[in-house]
Amino acid sequence: MEYNKRIIELFTNPKNMGEMKDPDGVGKVGNPICGDVMHLFINVKDNKIADIKFKTFGCVAAIATSSIVTELAKGKTLEEAEKITNADVAKALGGLPPIKMHCSVLAQQALKAAIKDYREKKTK
Amino acid sequence: MKVYMDNSATTQMDKAVLKAMLPYFNKQYGNASSLHQMGREARKALEKARSDIAKTINADPEEIIFTSGGTESDNLALKGVAAANQGKHIITSKIEHPAIMSSCNTLSKQGYKITYLNVDSCGIVDLKQLEKEITKDTILVSIMAANNEMGAIQPIEDISEICKKHEVLFHTDAVQAFTKVPIDVKELNIDLMSISSHKIHGPKGIGALFVKKGTKIKRQMDGGGHEFKLRAGTENVASAVGFAVAANLDPKVKQIKELQEELIKRIEYDIKDIKLNGPRKQRLCNNVNFSFKFIEGEALLMLLDQKGICISTGSACASKSLEPSHVLISMGIDPVTSHGSIRFSLSKFNTRRELDYVVRNLKEVVEKLRRMSPFKGDKDIKIKEKEWEC
Ligand SMILES: Cc1ncc(COP(=O)(O)O)c(C=O)c1O
Ligand code: FES
Repeated sequence: MEYNKRIIELFTNPKNMGEMKDPDGVGKVGNPICGDVMHLFINVKDNKIADIKFKTFGCVAAIATSSIVTELAKGKTLEEAEKITNADVAKALGGLPPIKMHCSVLAQQALKAAIKDYREKKTK
Repeated sequence: MKVYMDNSATTQMDKAVLKAMLPYFNKQYGNASSLHQMGREARKALEKARSDIAKTINADPEEIIFTSGGTESDNLALKGVAAANQGKHIITSKIEHPAIMSSCNTLSKQGYKITYLNVDSCGIVDLKQLEKEITKDTILVSIMAANNEMGAIQPIEDISEICKKHEVLFHTDAVQAFTKVPIDVKELNIDLMSISSHKIHGPKGIGALFVKKGTKIKRQMDGGGHEFKLRAGTENVASAVGFAVAANLDPKVKQIKELQEELIKRIEYDIKDIKLNGPRKQRLCNNVNFSFKFIEGEALLMLLDQKGICISTGSACASKSLEPSHVLISMGIDPVTSHGSIRFSLSKFNTRRELDYVVRNLKEVVEKLRRMSPFKGDKDIKIKEKEWEC
């Protein structure tokens, strides 16, 4: 698989990897059968994503997209973060091999799911 | 440090092989079919190579057909036998190399019925099923001698016996087994056998099909009358010479087996939540295949690559089709575990020092990926069947 330098760098030293104590929202997406499962944790302050962490079971692209989506979302308002598309994720990585595009979809879905979870918890 | 442990993919050419080949590129470069002196020289070298290879499997020289490699040999065996024999049924197994699988696929589109035999959890073909599946219409049974992914050595002696009893031709893909497992084609009563040079420290792009005298087979490459009219094309003399030298090198099976046992032992001692894929006993001397739970093989491969370690993986994420390895799946290994599978394949050039380096780094990168993984135990893995479409 031909990955660009940026992807390899993020895969090797991912940002915001790990667990979060008492997250305000959690997004769990993917299916282990397909080889990628992503858990995203967010901490929300003043309607902004104050902190974000991920844990991922998956390939090089899955780990790199997990990392980049946390960087894209961090500091953004929930509305801004929600607008992040999988194309944004792929672009921020400097392009993904076509066969690996589905991994970028997963990252975007995980973020959406975490925000949704936060909102549901809040309205309860 | 650079450590090459992907010898089932291809091997380093042996120095002796390279040396033997060199004169045939720019000094004795004649066409083996030419009648002049240069041609006769080339012919002599080619026929010596043929007979040197034949000897290693107790075949006669005229039974060795040079091809461009294992893939072509497999194609020629299956398609060639199908075209020359009456009957529309072929039996193979679920763990064959794509060269066999894909040839069967082509034949099935031409109206042949193909039966794919099951394997047990160790990857050994079901002999009872073989007995049951043979019919009057069966022309050929093709079962590999040893598997390239998880190293299971197949009971080809028993398979051949069953084939003889029912008067069905028997082909075996021995690309991985050749030189590592003793094969006497007469004693084992084999009709056709594929071998390849680049898996045994020879050059790439040459292989052979053993075709027992009298076997009905139709050539698949049209052209001149080369290779007993079974494979047209100017003979690849330099490579044939190299192949023959490689086939007669000391295969150092015992030395490789010791390294293999050590590697398996050390990995099992040092790393938990793992599974050895393939059999413990009936195993090719150079194959080590493990699944590391909770992590994915392509990621593992890439981190090892960064340490200079070359291995391969059966993970779906690393394949062009995003399909998990058909071999591991047919052994009943679940897709999640197959995702975390990697294969080390050793050669005589690997050392204990390399092994130490590999185990140390493997432990480190497995831990690194497990820290990233949302899974800590089997109970964390919730498979949602519905989302199978990925
Ligand atoms: C079992 C088996 N059959 C066939 C082949 C194909 O051989 P070649 O690479 O010489 O075409 C291989 C090599 O990958 C193999 O492992
Ligand atoms: S996780 Fe399987 S392709 Fe990315």
